[in-house]
Parts: sequence; structure tokens; C-alpha cells
Amino acid sequence: MSRFLARIAPQLVTLAAIVVLVTLFFPDFIQISFERGRFVGPIIDVLKRGAPVALLAIGMTLVIATRGIDLSVGTVMAITGAVGAWAIASGYGVVPALLLAMVAGLACGLWNGILVAIIGIQPIVATLILMTSGRGVAQLITEGRILTFNDPAFAFFGSGTLLGIPFPAVLWLLLAVAVTLLMRRTALGMLVEAIGINRAASALAGVNARVLLIAVYMASGLCAAFAGIVATADIRGADANNAGLWLELDAILAVVIGGNSLLGGRFSIAASVLGALIIQTIDTGILLAGFPSEYNLVIKAGLVLLILLLQSPNLAHTWRFLRDEAMRRREPEPELHTRKEIEP
Amino acid sequence: MPMLLTIRSLSKSFPGARALDQVDLDLRAGEVHALLGENGAGKSTLIKCLTGAYRRDSGEIRLDGAAISPGSTSEAQELGIGTVYQEVNLLPNLTVAQNLTFGREPRRFGLVNGRAQREEARRMLSGYGLDIDVGRDLGTYSVAIQQIVAIARAVELSGKVLILDEPTASLDAEETRMLFGVVRSLRDKGLGIIFVSHFLDQVFELTDRLTVLRNGQKIVTEETARLDRVKLIEHMLGRELAEVEDAERRRTDPEAKNRSELIRFENLGRSGLVQPFDLAVHRGEVIGLAGLLGSGRTETAELMFGVRAADSGKARDENGDVACGNPREAIGSGFGFAPEDRKTDGIVADLSVRENIILALQARRGWANPIPRAEQDRLADAYIQKLDIRTSGADKAVGDLSGGNQQKVVLARWLAMNPRFLILDEPTRGIDVGAHAEILRLIHQITGEGMSILVISSELDELIAVSDRIIVVRDRKHVAELTGDDVTTGAIVRAIAADDGAHK
Amino acid sequence: MIRTLLVTAAISIAATGVSAAQTIGFSQIGSESGWRAAETTLTRKEAEKRGIDLKFSDAQQRQENQISAIRSFIAQGVDAILLAPVVATGWDSVLEEAKEAEIPVVLLDRQVDSSDDLYLTAVGSDLVHEGEVAGQWLAENVGDQECRIVELQGTTGSSPAIDRAKGFRNAIEGKDNLEIVRSQTGDFTRTGGKEVMESFLQAENGGQDICALYAHNDDMAIGAIQAIKEAGLNPGEDIKIVSIDAVPDIFQAMAAGDANATVELTPNMAGPAFDALEAYMADGTMPEKFIQTESKLYTQSDDPQAEYEARKDLGY
Repeated sequence: MSRFLARIAPQLVTLAAIVVLVTLFFPDFIQISFERGRFVGPIIDVLKRGAPVALLAIGMTLVIATRGIDLSVGTVMAITGAVGAWAIASGYGVVPALLLAMVAGLACGLWNGILVAIIGIQPIVATLILMTSGRGVAQLITEGRILTFNDPAFAFFGSGTLLGIPFPAVLWLLLAVAVTLLMRRTALGMLVEAIGINRAASALAGVNARVLLIAVYMASGLCAAFAGIVATADIRGADANNAGLWLELDAILAVVIGGNSLLGGRFSIAASVLGALIIQTIDTGILLAGFPSEYNLVIKAGLVLLILLLQSPNLAHTWRFLRDEAMRRREPEPELHTRKEIEP
Repeated sequence: MPMLLTIRSLSKSFPGARALDQVDLDLRAGEVHALLGENGAGKSTLIKCLTGAYRRDSGEIRLDGAAISPGSTSEAQELGIGTVYQEVNLLPNLTVAQNLTFGREPRRFGLVNGRAQREEARRMLSGYGLDIDVGRDLGTYSVAIQQIVAIARAVELSGKVLILDEPTASLDAEETRMLFGVVRSLRDKGLGIIFVSHFLDQVFELTDRLTVLRNGQKIVTEETARLDRVKLIEHMLGRELAEVEDAERRRTDPEAKNRSELIRFENLGRSGLVQPFDLAVHRGEVIGLAGLLGSGRTETAELMFGVRAADSGKARDENGDVACGNPREAIGSGFGFAPEDRKTDGIVADLSVRENIILALQARRGWANPIPRAEQDRLADAYIQKLDIRTSGADKAVGDLSGGNQQKVVLARWLAMNPRFLILDEPTRGIDVGAHAEILRLIHQITGEGMSILVISSELDELIAVSDRIIVVRDRKHVAELTGDDVTTGAIVRAIAADDGAHK
Repeated sequence: MIRTLLVTAAISIAATGVSAAQTIGFSQIGSESGWRAAETTLTRKEAEKRGIDLKFSDAQQRQENQISAIRSFIAQGVDAILLAPVVATGWDSVLEEAKEAEIPVVLLDRQVDSSDDLYLTAVGSDLVHEGEVAGQWLAENVGDQECRIVELQGTTGSSPAIDRAKGFRNAIEGKDNLEIVRSQTGDFTRTGGKEVMESFLQAENGGQDICALYAHNDDMAIGAIQAIKEAGLNPGEDIKIVSIDAVPDIFQAMAAGDANATVELTPNMAGPAFDALEAYMADGTMPEKFIQTESKLYTQSDDPQAEYEARKDLGY
């Protein structure tokens, strides 16, 4: 447990710092009230609005742990949202609509997984194929329009509440816990890390790297399906052109802010989800602070850059070095020429 | 003779370990000076302090009498200290000329002057007896030539001290000879050369003096000619050689042939890789596989373990066919395989020692059936103790261990599986003398428990020491089998060198 | 698709029987939005109504596809070309080729940077005017009441976002009771509209302090309506909503009382274009260089349900 806390400490501190920063500009940020059977407040909005990226980040963490990347998740959101909305609009009912959307997400993941694990295409290229072509598939399903529906049961997945908490927030929280338990209570987590660090050695040790890789991309597809359902249910319509647009990049960013290496290996889902919350807090903070919209991207980029700089191992190294240096100065060693450089 | 480089009382600590403790070293101009020691003795730390990759904690380095404190490799280079590593750190996709002049290309009108660049490159290579096209990509040349190009570049840039870190590890005998010629001519030009190697023969052949490090301390500096091999190994190990010799003693077991058969490979082969061969493996037997690099040694192992698919033949035991079409099947059939290239195919560097040890076992049990943590700890601790794996704990990343200990972790992974047939490809490559002896001892120990082993090695002494019989591979074909008293260096060399048909 | 082909074929046969049937090429940008799909549908319908043989080409957002489509129209010897240009620049040479072949070109919906003698005319809406119509409606509707307005802008830097913001401000200028208190981009999407509206509601006392919403397109307004409902307020009453485009779904919202007004950006650009072409071919009448389509205002009193029914099959 203490090891878990130590792992996510940088993300927790960053999140706290961003919350403090936003509160400086918008003092009501941390206020939460209870109205009409639900909690209301900017923080609740963050938990809810951050759901798509948090859900995507869960799957993306696993893919990145295998030294892969999944650029198609934004598009898969559009496809699964379109499938779900189509099923609802065609009168299939909520459960079949959900199942169809999930099957669509798994199918997209299977496609990516086969390209990567069996045909051997580099993940960034393999998933780029679906990223660019998949929106066309979604548009075919929606016939190019925003496919709207008015089923309150389906809309619940976007705007409903459970115990006063927005359902999307409950969903990502439960999924993150479930996937973490699945990874850590079984040997899956270690095996995923092993193939990410050294696929050849793992395969020689008898790890079924192919099946694991396909499974990981399917998990990412399923997470994207959940995100697609949330996004579609939220606006009660499937917008094939805009649903999930560029969210794959936010998801990757969340994983990176979560301190997971793009080179694969050790991963933490909790840290990735915190990364997603950090991004959403910045987004919501910018909206609440009331800056002109021209500044949105610049402010976001600046803050993200700052976070990544502060988290970078090189900087931590420099910091430790400078600290040691300062201590050494107090007990001088005259023959040594001190230099402010660090090892490469 | 004046000292070119003097190191006095150099110390360097890492969290939890004192890597260098008051080390002294003198390097003369015009000498080749061997730096020896087991893995973890402090050789690489010393070199990294010299080249500016690490900052020393205390001590003094003087070059030509002046105190220096390089803060980076490029700074060390400017001062006159150049380094060439085992893995050539040049860019294979640039031409030889581009590599040689990288960062200081001759320019005309602000553009790189290709012709002048090539001329400059030819001039730099002129003293090295190399007649190569400097306009070709570096990667198209052999590792030996790449090494020499790297040396030429290092000498050009620095020109006083040249550090060669395991330069011959991936060279064959002819290439080594060529490299030594280059090193000698540089010595004669007055460079001071520090030579790091595990190959003691080469140390005796090439170097003028040597320094032995052990546990971060300097043990001795001596004229090479005044030491014999036994004395040197004793310095390096810090113990009497009797132990080592005991482990390496030739095994003579007259019963070897009478042991019951475990697995028989019949007509196993793949065109273009290894010609079909028959091989019977007996219980508790060690089979040595000898042959030159590229002769089909490793490929034989890969066919047996299913790393590459065979296009003919099969394996069988007393119960019928044995599946070994891919590694998972082979593991299921009770095989194990510790591959030649530990770093790329053996260890999973960022995982812990514990996780590396249980990896194969866990893969066989399936993801849904995790090995309980207590059981993992028990296994890891047991093998750390049994194989004497030097690590600060089971949860240390295996990539942080020395080569010999990494090899032991890979061995532990397979021993934990309790396979019936274990293939070890170059189990002692690149590891120090002490670990070397331990691994050979281990091989004896585990065959004593009934496991059968196939060992592949380039070191004939080692092969002879451990094997009950030896298969010689030449030109992708199993050409000879030596047993009993026939197992001698001479016989193996003759079989490797023989024309087709001489040994049948 | 097949049906359309058959109909077009039937008409062209029928038309050849009557007189010199016109063949007109239409290079469309693509089908990136519902509005664009509706424009395509209406152009086909207008052509069908007038007995024109329409040759349709979908450029899938690529200028080179449009240029090669126009060259192919010229080679086929069409009587006129409609072009909805994907970008503003790079049209000079292909427009000159059309001019040399004496084929008039009419630009639909968007402008180009080329000299205006290279095309016959351009049909389009005035984006600033659309904003003005929306602003005027709001100003008249609230009268002298104090009104704090929030604005959902289009994609930052896009010309509709800039012009629709400008027109709205022109209309409310000098009316001291009207004030835009918050303005943020919703990227023209429903999700964006909903998310930004949620933050507006949070920032403005749970929405109590907001009197009206001006959205640069209907989709953002539809997203915002859901946010307002979820905050426990009544869109259309507690917060007045005016937006632009007149897509079918906003009429449904108006029929339900959730939205108040919308300004139409008509997808029927082809009608005026064909009118101008007919006049030009009949007696050489030169049209104006810019034909502005009507920016018609629809409110809840304009039978929104009927408007919805009329539009829902246009491909929005």
C-alpha cells in the first residue's frame, strides 16, 4: 500500500497543486453542494467530464505497457457511440445497445491486435489505419448526421447519477479499480510488463505474447466503447464527426502525466487516471476562469509542459545534484573542480 | 618513463555501495595497460570517472601532470581521453567518412564538402591498414572494421589516452589479430592505451602491464610478463585456484553411454539453417556442442526449442512424440533454453530478480493462476542463495545486476521449472572468472540431480570440462561426435577444421 | 444512390427529348457535416425540379480532387459548373481553364481569393448578418430588461465564429441592458456546447444570473439545453436561447419549448445559383458578383414541428 502511494504521489501532488491554482482564479472551485438528489460543483464536473479520457487512459495504459500505442481510441469512441445510438434509435432497447457497442469496441481492438501481434505492423501505424478510416465507418452508421435518440435509460450512462455522483465518474472509478485488481491479483500485470520490456525474452520464457497483445488492444477497444457510450449518452446523440476527436492524444498525455514510460514496462492505472483528472481540472479550470478562448490551448500546453518538466527524471536528477552540491560546499574539498553537469 | 595519466585515491560511491575505494593507477605513454577484475570489481566505474560519465567523489586525475576533471565524454575527448566500447557507438546508417568527421565536417559555402570529407576520412584511416570504401555505410562493414573506425575517430579526436572496453568480445580470431595490430601501432606512436577484457590470453598477448581491481580496490599493478596465469586469476578472485580447477576438472564418467535415453531428436532440420540431424539425449548427461560462430550451433538449439520451426524431423521419448514446435510447446515438454544473448533474449531488465525467476513458471501456470507472493519470495530467495546471485534483494531490477548474476537469474528461471532437458547457449560469455567457475559447477550439480543439459560454447576448455560427449557442428551440419577419451581440444579443432567426409 | 442515378438518368433522357438539356457539374467539398449533406440533397432536388442533368463529384475534403473534377467537367463539355471550394486559394489556373472553355462557374457557400472575373457569381450567406439577426431578435425580445448573456463561440479563429460574434455585437451595441458576460468556444459540437455551458452555469450562480444564451450554431445550443436541464433550470424560459443554422433538431427543441429562435443558414445555395445561370444563359444577364441568401429567423411561433418535418429528410 505504501508502495502504491509512493508511486502515485507525484500525480496526487500535481493534482492538488492544479486544484489550488484553479481555486486562486475561481474561488468557488472546491465548493460542492447537494441539490435535487445529486452533488453539484466544479469538482463534480471534473469527475464527470474527465470520464472519457480517464476511461481511454485505462486501456491506453495497458497498451503502452506493452510498448505499443493505440491511436484509434478516439475513432473507436465514434464507432461505438454510433452503434449504440443506432441500436437505441432502431428500438433494440438499452441492454442490446450496450452489448452491441461493447462488441464493436472489442472488434476494433481485435483488428488492431491482429495487425500488431500477428501481422507485425508497428502499433503506431497499425492503429493509425483505424484512426483515419474508422470515422468513415461511424459516418456510414449515422449516415453523416447526428443520430439522436431520446431514451432516458441510455441517457443515464451520460447524465444519470448513482448515490448523487454522476454515473460516468462512477463508471471510470469502478473500471479503474476492476482493471487494477485484474492486473495485480492475477499474473496479468507482470506478464504485460514483461512483454513490454522484452518481448523476445518473454516469448522464450513461454509467455504467450501474441495472445496477450491482442487481449490488451481488445481491452483498449472495450474502454473506448465505454467512453463512446458515455459521450453519446451525454449529448443524446452520436456525432460521428466530433465524438472522441483528438481524445486519443489526451489519453496518451494522461498516461504520460501518470509517469508511465512510452517505452513500455512498469505501469500504474491509478496514476494514469489521476493524469486524466489533472488534464480535466486544467480544462475545466480554464473554462471557469473566464479567459478568452484564444488562450485555452496556450494555457493548457504551458501547464502540461510544466508538469512534465517537473516530473522528468533528468530534472529530479539535477535537483538532487544541486542539493548534494550545496551540502558539499559546506564542507569544501578544495582539490575538486565542481561542475554543474549531470551524467547523460 | 614519464607518466601520461596518474590517478590517485579515486573514490566513488553509489547509494548502498562503494564502487571505487582509493584507487591508484598509472598509465605510461606508449604502453598497453590491462585493467582486470571480476564483474563488479569497479572497472567500468573507473572508466566512467575517467571519461566524465560519472563524477568522482574524491581523488585526483592528472593528465600530462595537469589536474583534470572532465564533466562529460566530449570534454574528456577534448582533453585527450578517447573511449571505444564493445558496442560500437557510431551511427551505422551514415557512411564511414560521415562517422569519422561527424561534428567537424569540412565545409564549403556552409555545405558539407563531400570530397574533402572522404579525403579527410581516408587520411584518418591511412595508418590502420584498412582498404575500405569510406563512402559506404558503416553498418555494411564487419564489427571489427567498425571497431577500427571507432578507434580511428577516438584517436583523431583525443590522441593521448585510448580506452578500449571489451573491444574483442564480438570479434573472431582473425579480426582480433587485425585489431591487435592496430593497437600495437598506436602504442608505438606513444599513446597510452587502457585495455579492458575478460580474455586472459589476449591480455598476455597484447599488454605490457596490468592492474587488477577487486571489490573497488586496486589489488596489484604489475608487468604482464612477470605474472603467470594462475597468479593472475588468484589476484582477480582473491582465493586459491584449487577451487576453480576443481570445478573445471575434466569429467570422466565411463557410465555416460549406459544411461537410459531421455529424448531422441530424429532427422530434425530446416533447410538453410541446419541440415537434418539425429541426436539422442541421455538422462543426466551433458552434451557439448562445438563449432565456429555461424556454424549452426545456436540454430540447432533454436530448432530443438521451437524458436524457429523445423521443416523436417521430430522429437520423441519413451511415451511417443514430444511437441517442440514453439517455445511454449517445448516448455510444456519439459525443455528449457537459456539463449546466447542474455540482454536481448534472456533477462527482462526492468523486472525484479524475483519476477525474472518466476516468469517461466508463471507463464506455464497461466495468468489466472498467480504464484502466491509468499511462494514467489521463497523461490527467489532459495535460488538467490543456491546460485549465489549477488543482489541487494529479490526486488532489485535484474538489469542492475552484473552480467554473471544476470546469467544466474536466467538459469534460476529454468531450474525453477525443473526441466528434464536444458539448453545453455554460451552460458559463460562475457561473465567474469569467478561466476564462470560457479556456473560450470552448477552444471555438474544439476546433472547430478538427473537433468540433461546441452551446452553450446566457443571456449573449448570449458566445453571439455563439462561435457560427457561433444557434437561438432560445421557448415550447418553435425559432422562429428566425440566421446570418452576422444574429448580433447585437439580432436575438436581437427573436427572443426576437417574437410567433409574426414569424420564420419 | 442507385435510386438517384436512375432518377437522374430518367430525367436526362426525358429532358433530351424536350429541348437542349443543361448539364451542370457540381464539385462538392465532401459530407463532413449534416448541413453539407443537406446542401447536396437540395442541390440534387433543385436540379431534378428544373430538368438539369447534375454531375456530382464528392472531393472528400481535398482540393486536388476538386481541381481534377473541374477539369473532367470541362473535358465533358458541361454547360456550367457549381463549386463549393474547400479552401480559398489555388483556384486561378483551373478557373482560367473553365473561362477559356466558356463555361460559367458559380461558387457556392464559400469564397475564393481569385479575381472575380474568373467566376460568374458566388452564392452564400452573410455570416455577420446572421449574427445581427440573432442579436436583433434577442434585443427586441428582452426589451428594457437587464440581460446577462453567455455566448458559445464556434471554433476559435474560424470565420463563422469571428463573423457571427461580430454581427451579434453589432446588433446589441448601445443597448446598455444587454451584456455578454461569458464567452468561450464550444468548437461547434454538442459535447463542447454542453461542457462549456456547464461551466457557465457553475460560474454564474448555478445559472440564476444568466438571462440568455447565444450559440454560434444549433448543435452547441442543443448540447447547452441538456446542460441547463440537468442543472434544474428550464431552457427557453429561465434562459432564452438563440442560435444559428436552423438544423432539424433545433426545431424539435423549439417545438418542445426548449429553444427560442434560430437563424437559417439555408442549404439551398443551388436554387439562387440555378436562377442566375438560367438568366445568364437565356439572355446574357450578368448577375451580381455576390448573391446573398436570406438569413431567415424562425421562432417558436413559426410552427417548428412543421419545419422539422420539412427538413428531417434532407440529410442533416
